[in-house]
Amino acid sequence: MERQAAAVRTTSARQPADVASQDGDRPHVTIRDLSKRFGDAVIYDRFDLDIPRGKLISIFGPNGCGKSTLINLIAGLIPLDEGEILFDGQRLDEIKFGYVFQNYREALFPWLRAFDNVAYPLKLMNVPRAERRARTERLVAHLGVKIDMNRYPYELSGGQQQLISIMRALVVEPEILFLDEPFSALDYEMTLFMREQLQRIFMETGTTTVLVSHDLEEAVYLADRILLLSRHPATVADFVHFDIARPRSDETLSDPEFVSIKAHCLEIFQREVRK
Amino acid sequence: MMSRADPFLPIIGVIGLIILWYLAVWYQVVDPVLLPSPTATFAAMWKGMAGGKLGYDFVITVWRTALSIAIAAVIAIPLGIVLGSSERLYRSVEFVVDFFRSTPASAMFPLFLVLFGVGDKTKISVAAFGAVLVILFNVAYGVMNARKTRLLAAKVMGASRLRVLVDVMLLESLPQTFVGLRNGVSLALVIIVVAEMFIGSVDGLGHRVFEAQQLFEMPDMYAAIFAAGALGYGLNLFFLLIERRFVHWSGK
Repeated sequence: MERQAAAVRTTSARQPADVASQDGDRPHVTIRDLSKRFGDAVIYDRFDLDIPRGKLISIFGPNGCGKSTLINLIAGLIPLDEGEILFDGQRLDEIKFGYVFQNYREALFPWLRAFDNVAYPLKLMNVPRAERRARTERLVAHLGVKIDMNRYPYELSGGQQQLISIMRALVVEPEILFLDEPFSALDYEMTLFMREQLQRIFMETGTTTVLVSHDLEEAVYLADRILLLSRHPATVADFVHFDIARPRSDETLSDPEFVSIKAHCLEIFQREVRK
Repeated sequence: MMSRADPFLPIIGVIGLIILWYLAVWYQVVDPVLLPSPTATFAAMWKGMAGGKLGYDFVITVWRTALSIAIAAVIAIPLGIVLGSSERLYRSVEFVVDFFRSTPASAMFPLFLVLFGVGDKTKISVAAFGAVLVILFNVAYGVMNARKTRLLAAKVMGASRLRVLVDVMLLESLPQTFVGLRNGVSLALVIIVVAEMFIGSVDGLGHRVFEAQQLFEMPDMYAAIFAAGALGYGLNLFFLLIERRFVHWSGK
């Protein structure tokens, strides 16, 4: 099993680079003519966006601009009014994806042990019990998670619960992972720890990741690309590259490139807020 | 701060009550015929429960209450889940449920007497009728108030509607279901005991209380009242323990 885990690591770690070199900049997700309104509020009006493959994309923007709505539309939690979202040409129901909610307390199943919470999506896919076990154990080992997986969610700390949520999203080996403000219910210390966890998971798996954040520092620190949205109807105010090598650390926060990218994002954000 | 003596605090009330009772008997605050001493009462209780009439009636009442709550649960839990899983459906029957839930079940005796005649059937079915509505209401609300995020989480992982119902809604509703079962069993016991006092009853705790009073056997009457109290408390505790065992996440 160890060898298998190692194999998974090498292939998945290499995958993004390979794909990028083969396909050039062929996007993973294409959003075309997306429209969505809630009552009288037009959140999206003929919105277009390409999400690159194997990158970590942060979405940042003014309050109520539709950051979470965007990933909820992409992940099918709420229906589109108009438009089309394709994943490398496929529809949502043809691909595997993971979604992590902000409210881990209400997203996990308190009647299941942590282990069974993580394994639950495999049960939905009718994976046999022994294989569910093996795959979940492999994921736990692979991520080096040090949580007692036999505990119930309510016996774990907030950060541990959110880590379980993230693992539950990863266990199906998703092509794309969505996280809706995953750390905003955690205290600062735990948030810092969880950022590192997420960065490590991303480096290990290379899964296309879309992260909604309300914290600009976090959004830039974690991202390859920062999507800055305007007030609604939301448009792409900017889609900024941030290419500093991983793993990033506390030193990244004082790196001139980080500082200037963050300042640039803040400037655009301020401009959009004042509009 | 929890002191080591804290678990024994409830005993203080019991001892206090018994002391008051002794004082009332000692100073003859109440006619001695109406208020026997605690010793006489507990002696009557001991004698009655250990092979006497009281023990027999106690078992009969337990049996009737258990049967009525079992019938009620079998009807109300599936129905509550079905009604709760569609808010529109529940809203359309809500008034009817609330109306009969508010109707004193004892007012239904004459009707059930006509339907089922004098006997166990009437007592059990009136009690079950009362309990059904209480359980139904709680189960339906438990299902309706299932955390939206949890349902969404299951849906986003690809769970079908049926899967969401079985894997999430059902379990989400369990804490509220137990609230319904506890309230239901209390109500069923009340109805059973009242029914046993009237309508040609020959056994049960209600009958025991009533007969002892008619024969002016006051220690026996108090003994039967305490037995009924212990039964009510015990049934509630029983459901609480089951809940703690199987719905370990309740309130967490």
